[in-house]
Amino acid sequence: MNDPTRVQTFNRHVATGGKVEPGDWMPEEYRQAVRRFVEMHANSELMGVLPEREWILRAPTLKRKLALTAKVQDEVGHAQLLYRVAEDLDKPREAMLEDLLAGRTKFHNVFHYPTESWADVGIIAWLVDAAAIVAQQALLESSYAPYGRTMKKICCEESVHIMHGRDVVLTMVNGTARQRRLVEDALERWWGPLMQMHGPRTDPSRDRDLAWRIKNKDNETLRQEFLHVYVPRLREIGLEPPDPELRQDPDTGHWSYTEPDWKELYSVVTGHGPKSAERLGFRRLNYEETRWVRETVLSAPRAA
Amino acid sequence: MEIYEVFRQEKEGGPMIHAGNLLAPDAELAAHYAREFYGRRQESVRLWVVRREAITDVSDPDLLKPPFDRSFKKPVGYSGEIKRKLAAARERVGAASADDDDPVVASGQQGAEA
Repeated sequence: MNDPTRVQTFNRHVATGGKVEPGDWMPEEYRQAVRRFVEMHANSELMGVLPEREWILRAPTLKRKLALTAKVQDEVGHAQLLYRVAEDLDKPREAMLEDLLAGRTKFHNVFHYPTESWADVGIIAWLVDAAAIVAQQALLESSYAPYGRTMKKICCEESVHIMHGRDVVLTMVNGTARQRRLVEDALERWWGPLMQMHGPRTDPSRDRDLAWRIKNKDNETLRQEFLHVYVPRLREIGLEPPDPELRQDPDTGHWSYTEPDWKELYSVVTGHGPKSAERLGFRRLNYEETRWVRETVLSAPRAA
Repeated sequence: MEIYEVFRQEKEGGPMIHAGNLLAPDAELAAHYAREFYGRRQESVRLWVVRREAITDVSDPDLLKPPFDRSFKKPVGYSGEIKRKLAAARERVGAASADDDDPVVASGQQGAEA
């Protein structure tokens, strides 16, 4: 099926910045690699709203409640857009949701952890979304054009979430000693998962997603970019990441840090995180409770 | 379920720009979904929701980018020649310092830059 010269031409096309549209011919391996990548991203958006959803009813003011509700709505919207991109690569949405619920596919490590105070909501919206947007901006130029276009819209919305999160954190650090302590505790809890989030260093020359330009930056580059922007932004408001090894080489600009706990990352993303079972359980319940909606919509007479 | 492609207009008089696509059982629900995805932040004044089936995709490079010289259809095919010929003509009539703001030359140069 995959004619070698056709594959070669395709590889050259994407390696030199060429784009791929859904109707275009592509090697089966490329189709699967893009689909797997986008599906994991969609899963993360869908699961990522659960930690924040828990705080909608407990938001401290009406404005915060509106902002948080809108953020949750945005993230579910991102999941919808991304599942559509993945679906166009020949895997039905139903199958993707079932794989997620059965634990056969993954979602990002940061969404397997509990949120213990309102400060966690601020730290998630600011720093988790910031770490995510560093990765997402590197996807704007993805060789798979529909993914890049979707990322454009997603990045716009994420930047609002980051503002919302930074505003929450700033409000709290300017508040009482107790509020400041809540923020410090939240940073303490989230720093480890944040440092693991982009994944271990990989050999870029052996990464097919990079060769095909599905993504354009390797894991360590993304982590360095995140540290470069956000460590100073934390320090300027009196927050210090809980890592005694964290420092920047003044000549090269390179950040060194304590090696993240990759065993924890692996264990968490394979469904053994502190909240993995509970959150998937909630999704399963939700999936069953909304079954009648899907069935109604799917059985509606076609009016088109 | 059918795939609908969504186009959005950012402001009145602007072009309809492709936004993305969605899956819906009929046109009415497709319109609602399109509004949720592409009109929730007041970022669109108009949406076009089109069944993908209804779109004829033309992307054959033999049709769109034939390997022929098409410069005679573009300003750039003339601007260089015009400069050279104009200089020769001016020299011929002994008017080397003629008006540089000649509208023909000006528009030719603008075309070349565009």
